Amino acid sequence: MPAGGPLAGTIPAGSTMHSTSPRFGLGLRPPHYADFLRDHISVDFVEVISENFMIDGGRPRDVLRRVRERHPVALHGVSMSIGSTDGLNRDYLLRLRALVDEIDPLFVSDHLCWTRIGGFNSHDLLPLPYTEEALDLVCTNIDIAQDVLGRTMLIENPSSYLTFAQSALTEWEFLDAMCQRTGCNLLLDVNNIYVSGTNHGFDPLAYVDGVPADRVRQIHLAGHSQGKKLLIDTHDQPVDAAVWSLYERALRRVGSVATMIERDDRIPALTELLDELAIARSIGTRLEQRAA
Amino acid sequence: MNLLAIQRGMRDWLTGDETAATAFGPAGRAGLDVYQNNYRAQLVACLSEKYERVAAWLGDDAFEVAVARHIGTSPPHDWTLDHYGADFPLTLQSLYPNDPEVAELAWLDRTLADAFVGPDVEPVSTQSLGAIEWDHAMLHFTPTMNEFRVHTNSTAIWSALSAAGTPPPVEPLPQPATVLVWRKEFTSCFRTLDPLEAIAIAHMKEGGTFGSLCSMLVDLEGETAGVKIAGECLARWMQDGLVVRIGAATTR
Repeated sequence: MPAGGPLAGTIPAGSTMHSTSPRFGLGLRPPHYADFLRDHISVDFVEVISENFMIDGGRPRDVLRRVRERHPVALHGVSMSIGSTDGLNRDYLLRLRALVDEIDPLFVSDHLCWTRIGGFNSHDLLPLPYTEEALDLVCTNIDIAQDVLGRTMLIENPSSYLTFAQSALTEWEFLDAMCQRTGCNLLLDVNNIYVSGTNHGFDPLAYVDGVPADRVRQIHLAGHSQGKKLLIDTHDQPVDAAVWSLYERALRRVGSVATMIERDDRIPALTELLDELAIARSIGTRLEQRAA
Repeated sequence: MNLLAIQRGMRDWLTGDETAATAFGPAGRAGLDVYQNNYRAQLVACLSEKYERVAAWLGDDAFEVAVARHIGTSPPHDWTLDHYGADFPLTLQSLYPNDPEVAELAWLDRTLADAFVGPDVEPVSTQSLGAIEWDHAMLHFTPTMNEFRVHTNSTAIWSALSAAGTPPPVEPLPQPATVLVWRKEFTSCFRTLDPLEAIAIAHMKEGGTFGSLCSMLVDLEGETAGVKIAGECLARWMQDGLVVRIGAATTR
């Protein structure tokens, strides 16, 4: 599916510019701990999976504390389950709050999805129907989470492989309503838009143009793979050319927000990821220069 | 379908109920397959990482069978994957009732993994021991400390597998032994306890004083040897960073 036209244009006048926010970051993963502790790595921030550090102690917590002395850290969760009909897990929230208090993160984010029901936890980001019922539930849960955490959360659009006949809203309409009702902000995963658009046949450009631009605080970029029938969000590849194109389109719409590259499988040497991050930096810089 | 019905249906599908797919229609099948694959792959990766030595001992095919059995019978309940597979040793016990070393390798893999992310507590330093009134001293061990019983030379097998060496053949121990697991600074450790040290640790964990430990060991081993063993135990526990607090027993 085409993800946009030629890489032309600028960040539009009047778009939200979060110029004081760190701009370009990487996911901090175990193969690169030593690099980040030993060397000066030229990133503006790092992002970690919150749950990997919501532990009692040991080396992971120590690594995070030491990296935090060098870089701002974003906490990105996968298990809050804001779409769960069971409601939120208070023990989870309190552990996350303790980590937030210790790390003072740049962002606290999780996904528009559910992972838990009736004592079962999927450890996978499962899709929601975009209905008023789901919107009410998600907003209630986000309100509770933001209250416990004492912070505004960022919610990320997921990759999805299933749609529901019951859905009355598009995903971007759902996100817009969710932000309006809860005051939360967005983590826009451009690769996820491309993957879901390809799988479900919607136009990624319409999605990018439809999200509330002033709510986007962070962008995720990642690679995907072709499955048997569907495109899969595997995080094991470099960012696809079509996703870079969509990223530029997104930047033109939302302004200069923090961008981060995720790689969770087949993790290459850090230099390779830094080279990829340099592409994001060059796109952002070029758009800013044109806007100036 | 309302949201609750959707979520129950997806849970049932993920945990192996083929009939649950019908509620999502024929168009939903490809997506359901992706979610089921992701769910299982995540759990397989979790168990493979946590039980690396078991996988090396059993071989890929047998380990896959054991993992599939466990995932089918023990779906995850907790928000953290750190807790998933805590009962995998029991699955292995049921699959290999005549090969106790398999479950023992799993207990060791698991307790070492648990210790790795256990609480940070500073051990008592040897410099602070001078003022202790030992007769009434109660020792508190690190919360990362754990023990389990072994009937085979599974610790030697584990060590060889860990070093990518050739493991020794399985042999039963002359007597069952206690394996102690804990974390020293950031490294998970284990060692097999001498029977008297195992008794000494159990005594201290039950709230005994160092004085009562000495008395017990004197009763078992005689005056000179009993006191000597108690001193050696204490020195080893201090050296291993096992003692995190020394309190005094209250007397009436």
